[in-house]
Amino acid sequence: MFITTTIVQTALEVGLIYALVTLSLYLSFTILNVCDLSTDGCYTLGCAVAAMVTIAGHPILALFAAIIAGICSGFITAFLQTKMGIESILAGIIVNTGLYTINLVVMGVSSNVSIFGVDTVFTLVKGLSDNAFWQSWSKLILLLVIVLIACGLMYFFLNTKLGLSIRATGDNPSMVKSSSINTAFTITVGLCAANACTGLAGGLIAQYNKTSDINLGTGMVTIALASLVIGETIMGRKGSIVKGIIGVLVGSCLYRFIVALALRLNVPTEAFKLVSALIVAIAIAGPRLKEYAKLKKAMRGEE
Amino acid sequence: MLQLTNIHKTFNQGTVNEKKALDGVNLKLDAGDFATIVGSNGAGKSTLFNAIAGGFYVEKGSILLDGEDITYRQDHQRARSIGYLFQDPMKGTAPNMTIEENLAIAYLRASTGNKNYFSRISKKDKEMFREKLALLDMDLENRMKNPVGLLSGGQRQALTLLMATIVTPKLLLLDEHTAALDPATAEKVIKLTKDVIAERNITCLMITHNMHQALELGNRTLMMDAGKIVFDVKGEERSQMTVTDLLDKFKQGAGEDLDNDRILLSM
Repeated sequence: MFITTTIVQTALEVGLIYALVTLSLYLSFTILNVCDLSTDGCYTLGCAVAAMVTIAGHPILALFAAIIAGICSGFITAFLQTKMGIESILAGIIVNTGLYTINLVVMGVSSNVSIFGVDTVFTLVKGLSDNAFWQSWSKLILLLVIVLIACGLMYFFLNTKLGLSIRATGDNPSMVKSSSINTAFTITVGLCAANACTGLAGGLIAQYNKTSDINLGTGMVTIALASLVIGETIMGRKGSIVKGIIGVLVGSCLYRFIVALALRLNVPTEAFKLVSALIVAIAIAGPRLKEYAKLKKAMRGEE
Repeated sequence: MLQLTNIHKTFNQGTVNEKKALDGVNLKLDAGDFATIVGSNGAGKSTLFNAIAGGFYVEKGSILLDGEDITYRQDHQRARSIGYLFQDPMKGTAPNMTIEENLAIAYLRASTGNKNYFSRISKKDKEMFREKLALLDMDLENRMKNPVGLLSGGQRQALTLLMATIVTPKLLLLDEHTAALDPATAEKVIKLTKDVIAERNITCLMITHNMHQALELGNRTLMMDAGKIVFDVKGEERSQMTVTDLLDKFKQGAGEDLDNDRILLSM
């Protein structure tokens, strides 16, 4: 069979973890209109922190540690941007660069940490039942629960008054200021929340892969952007928050399917980054290409 | 209510493009004063508003609002007591958010402290928004779930006015807020403005290029030129004034004719 259950399952599992990173970019990039390029480093930071705490024997605490690490990273990016007047893109790059060293230090000045043989949240949940179904699907179910909770929280958050202010900050900052809200504050809260998601994703991937690697996060921004754009293309560019969050989930899983397909087609692993880049470019160009096609049709109709 | 003392602001200081935008502006508005401001382009009218609202800090002078020194207060802090409407209807609202959400953000000014951050828009708030929207008579109360981006310029400006006054501000700044609207809509928004100012006795400054408006609306008319207030009239003298008198006054004050097409066309 060309596509097996295992391929679908793995694509969904990894897709769900990536969905958290996409959710992070949904908040920072789509909602807040800030280009946060610290995602790569923050994802690795979450991974490194969670790996170390997991080795110490606290797999659940590890995930919260990863979230807190993400919040710290987001806070620094936001601080550089709002208080120090550094362009948002540059602030992200600076933090990303700095995080490389910090990640190395977190992993005990080593570029690689293995957490084989220790309890992870996945082994804990898997051990709950001997049922064959549970044994093979527990990972996916756990990830689904975590991601759905994260999406639910995000939805709830974006509809609180603070969430509304954050959305308005991305939409029209001058309106936010004239409503006596400090945009520096809303940007900070937004970036902290976004990077909390990224950190959590890193923490989950550490326990999922049972390893943490310094180069794990490279290209994560592109992947998350690709997922985001795929989701937007499917669910509509300027839809409601619900549509946006569903788009995040659909986009991330679909992206993993495309990658899984590429794998099945024996595309060499070295070409993956190129495949990612192509997917992003095509997904973003899609609507415009459709317009061209329409225009061409209209022009022919005139003649 | 508002007291400006010797306000100075220079743009591009030390370069060939140096421009004294505000050159020692002194102004005292009493509570309930509604002053219109006229002047040619570049006279410093909008810069004056920006200085009051906190878009930049002035180089010299002080700004007192209701007895409080706000000279070095940040813009978002000043916004708690200052409502500001721009000429561009796009500037005052968030286009991708619904009417209800826009109003909810504007209404945040009413709350003090941080305890309100995680609450959602309450039923009571929605009812209040609906009532206020109904007063605009634009059928917006039945479109509360629509994104503001779908509204016309006039509707957006009326909504912005409602947002700026949903919590009664100490000072309302109107920067040609009807200039981008068609005459009928502009008249409607002006009427709404007049009503809300009169009803709640709001202290207000309004920039206009319409000389009739400058004399008809409010109780005081100011004229600016080259970063200074060159003419200030109210009471009996003002009620006797005609548009021609006003243009003459400008000639005296500025030493030149008011050469602005928009002003001449609107006469």
